[in-house]
Amino acid sequence: MNLDFSPEDQAFQAEVRAWMRDNVPPQEGPSIGIPSHKETQFAWERKLGAKGWLAYTWPEAYGGPGWTATQQYIFDTERALAGAPPSSPFGLSMLGPVLMQYGNEAQKERYLPPIARGEEFWCQGYSEPGAGSDLAGLKTRATREGDHYLVNGQKIWTTQAHWAHFMFCLVRTNPDVPKQQGISFLLIDMNTPGIEIRPITTIDGHHHLNEVFLTDVRVPTENLVGEEGQGWTIAKYLLTHERTSIAGVADSYYQLGRLRDAAASDAALARDPLVTRRLSALKVDLLALEYTNLRTLDRVAKGQPPGSESSGLKIKGSELQQAISEAQMELGGPGALPWLSAGEDVHPVFAAAAQRYNFLRASSIYGGSNEIQKNVLAKLLLQL
Amino acid sequence: MDFSYSQEQEMLRESAAKFAAKGYGFDRYQSTLQLPGHCDATMWSQMAEFGWLGLPLPEDAGGLGGSALDVSLICEALGAGMVLEPYVSGAVLPGHLLGLCAGQPDLLGRLAEGETQLAVAWAEPGSAEDPAYCATRADADGDGYVLGGRKQCVLNAPNATTLIVSARSAGGDHDPDGISLFAVDPQSDGLELKPYPLMGGGYAADIRLDQVRVGAASRVGAADAGFGPLDAALDHATVAACAQALGAMSALLERTREYLRVRKQFGTPIGSFQALQHRLVEMFVEVEQSRSMVIMSGVRVESAEPAVRRRAVSAAKAYLGQSSKFVAQQAVQLHGGIGVTEELDVGHYFRQLSAFGTLYGSREYHLRRFADNEAGAGAE
Repeated sequence: MNLDFSPEDQAFQAEVRAWMRDNVPPQEGPSIGIPSHKETQFAWERKLGAKGWLAYTWPEAYGGPGWTATQQYIFDTERALAGAPPSSPFGLSMLGPVLMQYGNEAQKERYLPPIARGEEFWCQGYSEPGAGSDLAGLKTRATREGDHYLVNGQKIWTTQAHWAHFMFCLVRTNPDVPKQQGISFLLIDMNTPGIEIRPITTIDGHHHLNEVFLTDVRVPTENLVGEEGQGWTIAKYLLTHERTSIAGVADSYYQLGRLRDAAASDAALARDPLVTRRLSALKVDLLALEYTNLRTLDRVAKGQPPGSESSGLKIKGSELQQAISEAQMELGGPGALPWLSAGEDVHPVFAAAAQRYNFLRASSIYGGSNEIQKNVLAKLLLQL
Repeated sequence: MDFSYSQEQEMLRESAAKFAAKGYGFDRYQSTLQLPGHCDATMWSQMAEFGWLGLPLPEDAGGLGGSALDVSLICEALGAGMVLEPYVSGAVLPGHLLGLCAGQPDLLGRLAEGETQLAVAWAEPGSAEDPAYCATRADADGDGYVLGGRKQCVLNAPNATTLIVSARSAGGDHDPDGISLFAVDPQSDGLELKPYPLMGGGYAADIRLDQVRVGAASRVGAADAGFGPLDAALDHATVAACAQALGAMSALLERTREYLRVRKQFGTPIGSFQALQHRLVEMFVEVEQSRSMVIMSGVRVESAEPAVRRRAVSAAKAYLGQSSKFVAQQAVQLHGGIGVTEELDVGHYFRQLSAFGTLYGSREYHLRRFADNEAGAGAE
């Protein structure tokens, strides 16, 4: 048993930390800790891409740095602690692994390198108005007509569809088989005629989400990933991927550290023992989450599947993000009330707190709501 | 980084689990509750034979020099098996304390052999859980000391043939400096011991010391320097207690899981109800998070840097102080009526975990201590 990183990993950590210190752009005004400006985000991702660190979870063969699981974890930690936003996960963590596993050579060659360079941005076409937690009930229809599919339907909650060059999309290719078996995985160019994007403004006051309407959209059959009817298998593969960074430990460390700074800068908060207690309780929860995450990382680094301890990472991680943002808002007091603007002499953490609090309500909903996570885990535990 | 246990540790875990499963269980737990001091002498000597009593002790004192993690593996099995014998309060705590003081080697040797039982008397009325608080006096008198004061809820005192008593030889009531430790015969003149059983099993006592004379040789370690070893030994005991609680929590999770599978209402296993499924999952997640804290504190408690040690141990106890209550409460709730009876082991685990919340410092105490040691421990 040894809880410390090896000397080699510590040297790697120092290298990444130094690069981040020199390259993370300074904050422009209060940050809500999530990408909300397209050009800033794209510039950051291209900078990482030029360094070869954008697709940090990928093997070298596909344009990644070929890091170990531990190095990937360290990189993401240093990225977060430097205050840099996470890279968009859709190309990097979702489509990338899918293409590596199920894509043909032409698809890998066409789509993977531009993702690794930060040149092409992807969105995820999964949820529909009638298919949220019950994703397999999706209705968007793709009908094969010669060398292309004709796609008709509607997607919703599509994060950054308005930024994206492409969408990977679950569509129904066969309505006559059990619902999971009739789904296929398609890659769609967002410039194709028949695609209409309508913005959804969320309670944080921003436009991250969209509705995407597809009317007679022609998608070449070469854009089918895997076989027809294999879409559900691919979607499930994607959900089990990426267990080691799902808890958002490093981002929570960063946010909790910022909250401590903000509280220390306010004389009344700094001398209030109940504030100290609240911050300590959050830190203790974060330690428990961190070491649970490290247990999972240790298994993955040894080439073993994640253990059952990893099942709670998404649940606990999202709850903790929410609890920290709630503390940021409540300790900010009236300083956290100005909406999409800032009061005078308010610490930037408090100025951004209300938006963060609102935004993070989604963290226990997206990627399979916490209730769905519990259903899945209960099934495993109870075996009824 | 490596979270796997060594082969020796796996063997230790296995043998402890076997001991708890075969030699112990609910029946023996109940019969042990009828014994004086809630301690079965045969079981205690078996623990000595296995080397468990000597495990936490330094090798040069006749111990095995085991790590805190080794000890935690035993404690987890004892907790799961409802073993009442006072391993933490009677072996881990006094063993570490004597080892750190490098004093009373014969006492250590007899502890490892299972020939003597010890108890550490440190808490006092008004101490607010802080071992630096010590109003009990040790006044130099000729070639010895006269002890006077009160001790509260001294774990295992009714079984102990020697008490290790903290008493102030210098400084004010709250000063960490100026505390000395003494090995005291509980039969000494002027020492009055009021024993009682505890909520979760085991015995403790309140102690009054009125002009208790002890010789200079009974002082353990250097004069006025008892706080450091006491603080560190309590941290080791706290990690051990957390591991024991983790064992009990895992057992409750397993029993509750099984109960949801077999108990039928409305013609179906109650585990088919989503409200109960989610509760079980929440228990499972808390058990795993708690396990992470036991591992983390089991390693960091060995740190030579007191702030690192304190911070890690206090984080673990603060976390388990809450998670153990959650798991215990939900286990009783999900068992329904049978969960609140003494007929089922669930209720007994519940009482043990309820007591654990307070023993070795409450969540509130340890959150304060965690905050106090944050700065000294550096960044994570």
